[in-house]
Amino acid sequence: MRDDERPLGSLPAWLWLALAAALALQVGWRTLEPVAAPRELDLPAPPSSAALRVASFGEPEAIARVTMLYLQAFDYGAGNLTPYRKLDYRRLVDWLHNVLELDPRSQYPLFAAARVYAETADEMRARLVLEFVYREFFVDPDRRWPWLAHAALLAKHRLKDLALARRYAQAIDQYTRASDVPLWAKHMEIFILEDMNELEAARIMLGGLLASGTIHDPAEARFLAERLKALEARLQPAR
Amino acid sequence: MRAAIFIRLALIEARRGGLAWLAPLCIALGLALGLFLAQLAITESRLLQVAVVAALLRLSAALIIAAQVASSVRREADERRLELLLALPLARATQYLGRLAGFIALGVVLAAFFSLPLLLWAPPAAVLAWGASLAVELALVAAAALFFAMSLTQLVPALAATAGLYLLARSISAIQAIASGPLAEHSLAHELGRGTVNALAFLLPTLDRSTRSEWLLYGPPDIRSFSVVLAGMLIYAALLSVAGLFDFQRRAL
Repeated sequence: MRDDERPLGSLPAWLWLALAAALALQVGWRTLEPVAAPRELDLPAPPSSAALRVASFGEPEAIARVTMLYLQAFDYGAGNLTPYRKLDYRRLVDWLHNVLELDPRSQYPLFAAARVYAETADEMRARLVLEFVYREFFVDPDRRWPWLAHAALLAKHRLKDLALARRYAQAIDQYTRASDVPLWAKHMEIFILEDMNELEAARIMLGGLLASGTIHDPAEARFLAERLKALEARLQPAR
Repeated sequence: MRAAIFIRLALIEARRGGLAWLAPLCIALGLALGLFLAQLAITESRLLQVAVVAALLRLSAALIIAAQVASSVRREADERRLELLLALPLARATQYLGRLAGFIALGVVLAAFFSLPLLLWAPPAAVLAWGASLAVELALVAAAALFFAMSLTQLVPALAATAGLYLLARSISAIQAIASGPLAEHSLAHELGRGTVNALAFLLPTLDRSTRSEWLLYGPPDIRSFSVVLAGMLIYAALLSVAGLFDFQRRAL
């Protein structure tokens, strides 16, 4: 107790009662207050990245991530009856694009796009998101290739669209330059060509790769040479 | 020596004014919010935590310093201590700058304290750059708050002016980008608006380039760009100090 305060016991009883009643009234009011019924909500049109930047007051990285949490919350539950797979995916893609513009080095929007939104059973919606991942890949291929690689796998296994998967795999092969891009990602196109039964094209591509001298890792060279041999063996009966 | 007295007074006043528990409370709230948001994230949870906590601590530090400076000046005026000080054989410049030095010292202490929790998620070099930038930013805020508190004399207008200047300085670059956007119509009204925004930008520091969460997320800035950021803030803090001193010298007893 500070020197300038009187003891609590000196306060009149009605004041204690008034305080307790006011507190009880507040808690009672909140208890009886009707809970907002869940509604079917769709995503609103996204604010432009410039508007988000103004609202961030110089903290674009923080607002980019908080916006992703907001976007993530647009799902069944949390007061919304619309599951994310029924959202307006064009708007969703615009949101993801604007968030990515706020912090281009963040992986969050592309992760959510490739791993969450593109995995919807609705093919049209999935294609919209996969194309978004493909477009954004070219902005920073060495950092964004994992999401395009995942998009290629989705196109191949879920959409069964090998041509689309090949287009994505081709982009990874052609545009990534970083040394940490793994073998499987760089040479995904060859394996997709095999799946497309384009064995001759796959053989030429693999042979060209080995002959180019760009493979320095002996294990990688050995693996690809064995793969080439297997391809040639598969091609023999056809000739 | 005289400046040291003012510094000591500012630190004692801040401690007695409740800053000793307010600052740890801000850190605790920031950490709690960071932990909560990290539970919701599906990726980059560490980056989310550091970005949100850093943004929150930066804003809290600026508001605390502004409120501390404005209320301290107001209290001095209310208790007639300012008149007493002016009657002492002390140069007005010494009084004004000594008082400012005290608030700057308080800002340095607060910046160091608020940097510590960020070491949980970010590398020391990045935290050091962030903390140093925050210290200079708080010096600027202290200079602004002292200037407005001395010249406007009322607490609420002084706080509002400081907050307005601070927030505008943090968003002026984004406002300029919107005004100069390719989709903007080319009318006289728009050109006038754009010109006004650009003119306003000349009178403001670019606080959106200082104390960036980006450093904590992706690595510290290079020395050159970091020096440019600090120099810009120091120049503006000097401008505010001189303007405040100018006003203080004119004050009649």
